[in-house]
Amino acid sequence: MIDIKEWDWETPEKKIVLSDWTEKFRWVEEPSVSPDGEKIAAIVKLDEGEFNVCVNGQTWENPFEKIWYLRFSPDGRLTAIVSEMGEWTLAVDGIPWEEKFAYIWNTLFSPDGKNIAVAVQNDMQYCMALNGIPWEETYANMTHFALGPDGTKTAASVQVEKTSEGEIHKFQEGTFTAALDGKAWDTRFVNVWNMAISPDGTKLAAEVRLNLYDYTIAVNGEAWKNTFGCVWEPVFNPQNNAVVAPVRVAGKWSLAEDGNIIWDRAFFQLWHQMFSPDGKRLVAIVAPKFGEWTIAVDGKPWRRTFDEFVTDVVFSPDGNRIAALAKEKGKWKITVNGSVWTNTFDMTWKPVFSPDGKNVAAKVDRNGKYTIIMNDRLWRQECDELWDPVFSPDGQKVLVRTIEDGTYCRRIIPTAELTG
Amino acid sequence: MGEPAEINEIKDKGLEIGAERLTEDKIEKTINSVLKGETGARLKAYVDTCIHCGLCSEACHYYLSRDNDPHFSPVGKVKQTIWEMLKKKGKVSPEFIKKASEIASTECNLCRRCAMYCPFGIDIAYMMLIVRRICHMLGVTPLYIQDTAHSHSVTMNQMWVKGDEWPDTLQWQEEEAQAEIPTLRIPLEKEGADVMYSVIGPEPKFQAQLIYQAAVIMNVAGIDWTMPASSGWDNSDMAMYTGDNEIMGRVKRAHFETAARLKVKKIVMGECGHAFRSVYDVGNRWLGWRIPPVEVVHAIEFYHDILKEGRIKISKKFETPVTLHDPCNIVRGRGLHEMSRYVTREMCEELIEMHPNREHNYCCCAGGGVINCGPPYKNKRIMSNRVKAEQLFAAKAKGAKVLIAPCHNCHSGLEDINHHYGLGLEIKFLMDILYEVMDKPE
Amino acid sequence: MHDLYIFITGPLAWAAFILFIGGSLYRLLAMLILVNRKERFIFSYMSLRYGLRSILHWITPFATVNMRRHPVLTVVTFLFHICLIVTPIFLLSHVILWDESWNLSWWSLPDGLADFMTIIVIAGAIFFLIRRIVSPEVQFVTSASDYIILAIVAAPFVTGFLAYHQWFAYEFFMVLHILTGEMMLVAIPFTRLSHMIYSPFTRAYMGSEFGGVRHAKDW
Repeated sequence: MIDIKEWDWETPEKKIVLSDWTEKFRWVEEPSVSPDGEKIAAIVKLDEGEFNVCVNGQTWENPFEKIWYLRFSPDGRLTAIVSEMGEWTLAVDGIPWEEKFAYIWNTLFSPDGKNIAVAVQNDMQYCMALNGIPWEETYANMTHFALGPDGTKTAASVQVEKTSEGEIHKFQEGTFTAALDGKAWDTRFVNVWNMAISPDGTKLAAEVRLNLYDYTIAVNGEAWKNTFGCVWEPVFNPQNNAVVAPVRVAGKWSLAEDGNIIWDRAFFQLWHQMFSPDGKRLVAIVAPKFGEWTIAVDGKPWRRTFDEFVTDVVFSPDGNRIAALAKEKGKWKITVNGSVWTNTFDMTWKPVFSPDGKNVAAKVDRNGKYTIIMNDRLWRQECDELWDPVFSPDGQKVLVRTIEDGTYCRRIIPTAELTG
Repeated sequence: MGEPAEINEIKDKGLEIGAERLTEDKIEKTINSVLKGETGARLKAYVDTCIHCGLCSEACHYYLSRDNDPHFSPVGKVKQTIWEMLKKKGKVSPEFIKKASEIASTECNLCRRCAMYCPFGIDIAYMMLIVRRICHMLGVTPLYIQDTAHSHSVTMNQMWVKGDEWPDTLQWQEEEAQAEIPTLRIPLEKEGADVMYSVIGPEPKFQAQLIYQAAVIMNVAGIDWTMPASSGWDNSDMAMYTGDNEIMGRVKRAHFETAARLKVKKIVMGECGHAFRSVYDVGNRWLGWRIPPVEVVHAIEFYHDILKEGRIKISKKFETPVTLHDPCNIVRGRGLHEMSRYVTREMCEELIEMHPNREHNYCCCAGGGVINCGPPYKNKRIMSNRVKAEQLFAAKAKGAKVLIAPCHNCHSGLEDINHHYGLGLEIKFLMDILYEVMDKPE
Repeated sequence: MHDLYIFITGPLAWAAFILFIGGSLYRLLAMLILVNRKERFIFSYMSLRYGLRSILHWITPFATVNMRRHPVLTVVTFLFHICLIVTPIFLLSHVILWDESWNLSWWSLPDGLADFMTIIVIAGAIFFLIRRIVSPEVQFVTSASDYIILAIVAAPFVTGFLAYHQWFAYEFFMVLHILTGEMMLVAIPFTRLSHMIYSPFTRAYMGSEFGGVRHAKDW
């Protein structure tokens, strides 16, 4: 488990000089920073066809022919997709998985970071691999990968009947289905898209298309009785394991649970529905009218709408507050419970709540420089690079990870200093 | 009036098998449900306002190229399709649907030139799209483009490019380009870059050199850019042209949400016209976005900006005289014609205009999904654009040797015309020339 | 005959004007309601500036490419429509009728000019009829209704012309003139003559899309 209590919340500042990396290596790619801020890493080029990962100035023991997609797992392990002798695998803290593949991509982490999955291609056949172990079954094509909430189950949309290009009528009879841990459903669909695995791992729900125009949700291979003009990705209700998905009826979107409409209001658009941490409230990004975007809480849209975009919705830990990013007249804004901060930005990142839900902070970009904003108040420092702020467990401090003038800086800043 | 022979010879399994499976009852229900459920005041006003004056005819390259055969005038196509469906309240035969699908899908490029010739501004392209929508709901769509729509539905790209093939291709192109510029990168999945560069499916599949060239331009211009390694990289959209609006929406959503995930400030897209239309004007609307949620910049505008800002220097101008084709979707669709002239003049010694030009340019006859309907219609497509060949001949007579076509569909369609009519022009993208004449690090 | 005259200039005229004005308003309102119900997005793209820019280009003779391509048709179309609208409104005998009934009066055309303008409308109608028959692209999309609406428009002018000159059967043509005039008024909102009502909107919408979204001309 990630225990953020164990992190160093005392040392005000730790610095790692990065400028000499560029002298040491032929190039240094964009860096990644560990969740606790103790490590900064980047893919570096040593020579023609020779790459390595540099972590806090030290390279991994062995270089690779090619390295990409460098990402820290939530538990702080550093992963990258690496190739050796023309074969690909995932390296974790420099140690490649034993299994090698013709190609891998799309690394997925479980929330606790313990489990890591990738999409795999071997001999033009496709499957998922979890912690280095590929599925026993392989398929002619595979899309829309999923890793369950506890990280022990993987799923994807898979093609079970081979079609040649141009076989449109065979395709329309259904050649796709979903596979959970490699086991494909018996049912065939024209298309299978985004899917969700239930918290207990017993159910897999996916968007499906039954013919050219009937859409619905299938759960463990069984389609809902009702069909719709279109559907978007399903989620599981954490309280009762029911499946909730946006559905389109007569040109308008609403939410359905297990096939039945649960919101009495319909929208021009509705997606990214999510449950509050306690599972009691259900919100979604909606467009009540064409070109007007906002958030609906249990079916009721906020009165404040935005003309361009609403994204990155997040609940406070107690579920009482909701923050999101909104774009209006070309400028990015942060909205909390429907009221809008006065500062506007060229880009904003997903807001972060303090554990008590009282403070909201986010990484923002203004004129190409990054800083932190908390409760609509800007931090004085402008940085060349910056990662999402992290609150200490008691909410009194904030971990701020920045790059300033070629030096990586891990700072612990009192929350009060940011709120003013 | 007799129909040209080649039309009757066309066999398309998408239409044949689709029509065989229809019943009159299903046709009637489907037509009425689309007309009632999905159309409104626009269609009604267009049908009630049209006074059958025929003034749209001369706007259409099909009509002009086919010796003014009224079957190919814009309003003539409306008469043969949607008017009939409205008049008969949907009681039409499978044979009629087959014919209507062929007309709407292969005899109209949705280029919207006729909208500029109609005194009332009636949008005939919109009506042809309604016909395609009805035919989609009936499962009667030309085979090749239907297959492409299926590719979009599975992979979110146009060419059945699989999940691994995409990043693999980018990495391969990166390596190739490093032979020329050793420090060159194609940064994959770089969150917070300024620009996401997106392309159409055929680029990784058949024209990987275009990705190579783009990478060189991005690197030399010093753009902070990225490309996604996930699906959502393809901006093209044939589902828009088959009337499969739901798949169109799904593909556009994937594209925009990929850009939003990467936290880029804008999407720069390659030289494609229909993709621009789908991202800028059509797909976004179906999803409820009045304007694209992430700014979309077409290649022409991008080249214009980097040349104007001096990010790219021209080492030696292109000497061969060029002529410039104005693609419908970025000229009538976005007014980029002056920018494309600026870019051309910056790069080339001599620009010889073809006539008509700018908003009034003749269509390539490939766009609107027509070239995507495949080989069965190739001959018809070429025969139906004699007027383009004449227009190009005139430009050639004035000295043009290179034809710039800043759109993929135009490029391919004009290549066919070039070949068939023996024009002897060399066809290039703006990017081909930019890559050739720009200052590159030694 | 007198009773008939009283009827067609009284209740029937009332009915015609009510149907014309009421019908036009109804069609307009129905269209806006339908837009609001099913295509609300249209409102969000409507632009006064670009809508007017487009309308202005298309009501100015020879301001568009297509008008320049068809000079004869352009001249005929403009003259036809101007005379069609101006003549009945400013005809002296019509103004007198308004004055007698409502005590309203305004400037009127000299009779000779009005007569000439009537001839233009009739000639224009004949021109359109011939064009419809001899131009293949027009003939192909012509249905019976096109001839009927052309006849509906021409009829009041032909009958009015004959009645004015009183060459023969004056009363008959007078009655026929009033009847066909009323018929035309009623036909405007309920036939494709409704392009009179809709065209500013279709034009403005296309102008808004071309100008505001696509940054291009639509003429």
